[in-house]
Amino acid sequence: MIPSPATTDFRSKEFRYSSFFLTGLTGLATFLILAILVVILTNVVIHGLPGLSWRFVSTIPKKDLFDPATTGILPMIVGTTIRVFVMTIFVLPVGVITAVYLTEYAPNTSPVTKIIRAAVNNLAGVPSVVFGLFGLGFFINFVGKNLDLLLHNSYQAWGQPSLIWASLTLAVMTLPVVIVATEEALKAVPPGLREASLALGATKLKTIYKIVLPQALPGILTGGILAVSRAAGEVAPILFTGVAYYMSSLPTHLTDQFMDLGYHVFVLSTQSPNIDKTQPILYATVLVLLLLTFALNIVAILIRSNMRRKMRSLH
Amino acid sequence: MPEISLPKIVPVDMKSGGDAGGRSLITIDRLALYYGATKALKDISLNLGERVVTAFIGPSGCGKSTLLRCLNRMNDLIDNVRIEGAVKIGGHDIYSSDVDVIELRKRVGMVFQKSNPFPKSIFENVAYGLRLHGVKGKTDMEGAVEESLRGAALWDEVKDRLHASALGLSGGQQQRLCIARAIAIKPEIILMDEPASALDPIATARVEELILELKKDYTIVIVTHNMQQAARISDYTAFFYIGELVEFDATAKIFTNPACKQTEDYVTGRFG
Repeated sequence: MIPSPATTDFRSKEFRYSSFFLTGLTGLATFLILAILVVILTNVVIHGLPGLSWRFVSTIPKKDLFDPATTGILPMIVGTTIRVFVMTIFVLPVGVITAVYLTEYAPNTSPVTKIIRAAVNNLAGVPSVVFGLFGLGFFINFVGKNLDLLLHNSYQAWGQPSLIWASLTLAVMTLPVVIVATEEALKAVPPGLREASLALGATKLKTIYKIVLPQALPGILTGGILAVSRAAGEVAPILFTGVAYYMSSLPTHLTDQFMDLGYHVFVLSTQSPNIDKTQPILYATVLVLLLLTFALNIVAILIRSNMRRKMRSLH
Repeated sequence: MPEISLPKIVPVDMKSGGDAGGRSLITIDRLALYYGATKALKDISLNLGERVVTAFIGPSGCGKSTLLRCLNRMNDLIDNVRIEGAVKIGGHDIYSSDVDVIELRKRVGMVFQKSNPFPKSIFENVAYGLRLHGVKGKTDMEGAVEESLRGAALWDEVKDRLHASALGLSGGQQQRLCIARAIAIKPEIILMDEPASALDPIATARVEELILELKKDYTIVIVTHNMQQAARISDYTAFFYIGELVEFDATAKIFTNPACKQTEDYVTGRFG
């Protein structure tokens, strides 16, 4: 016989130090992250807002980049937006198709698959400036120059830094992000759905196209969002592949060079003849870069949630 | 899709000593299956009759599901699987090189243990297979979907919400939707892999009634862990143990007077 307890009091009699300590530690870590974010954001907003005006964001600077009264950042906003969009157009299909191959077709245990996976992971670890040099060496000096030769161009249309090469370089850089996110999304699709489709006599291609990919779409878009966030603020990969210090007009072709917000922040903070005078527009540019990244993310997130809602409600 | 197709499935007359209803539709001939080096099925020979329900029973890991998945070549999807021997349906070896697996799976439908409706509407779940096999036009499609849902005894429950998500159905309704989806493309054989194991007793009873109804038009092979279920719905029962066919006979005989001691121990619940 087990003696019945005298009381029904389940409260702990002793203080659990380890539990208290761990809760505190994890809380502190979270707080630290939040604090850093808040400090950066407040700093940028407080110093950036005064310099921000409609004139500033809608003006193409005519001669002096550093004069707060006349300069503007319209070409930089346009350049950054276009290069992110063009990058997305390239990176999503290539990344998704690679991930589909890796999860749906490649035999999991084969050495080739393992090598491809290792290559994808290593690609994610390559410093971004190396991607810039790769873009210069491969896209501009190899692909671009040969394209000019093939097309018998008398001038260098393709064999020079431009929007398209900068976007492609960024696409290569963000490829691992999209591949890994898509692979995770594909793996999360229940195997039973694939079996059901195949057992109905669907081909593997139809099964992937009609059943697997639609299910994985929100996850794939998450990969796209991560790629956009990563690429929007990157400067190193575009340094040798397309960004210009100054251009008097907006880019009109993919073979044009472009101005870029991130690079402009670098220019304002290192090339200014009078740091104190340019500080307000430097802060304002940083604020616009943050807002633009934020906006691009919001667009992607809206597309994703719209898709999720469609999938849930169905027709 | 290449237009290679199986000849129309015609049952062949059983050789002498046949047990399965006189006319045999599926002939499994010394079938062995290996997962890598492991022999999961050991030289199984079996004749399954047309328009009867054959149950595969046996303890977990005995190979009954593996054998079932040999009949529509679902095992092709697994790496490292090797098969010896032959599976003939209507006299034609389904593992011969000229067989189009797509066509085979159209003729040999399957219902899985875990109900797996597509995350689409009820209508689209049934229409998916129909569309794959060339049904076009709104009227034709709607007619075919209704017929299939009626065939799976689901029509009355879902006719007012055909375009609602299939995932909103109860477990039993989902499984009947999977059956509707399978019969929509008019297979000749339906394979069922423990179709009621995840259902409550009432939903199970409905699925069992449905199987008895479907037997009039289809040849059904069902894997089950539920002895009472096998006894209730099947005409023939095959008992497997560790990759071997122990006994195959009329269900009544298997459950009342089995030839093997092992079978008797299993069906009476003494092991397994």
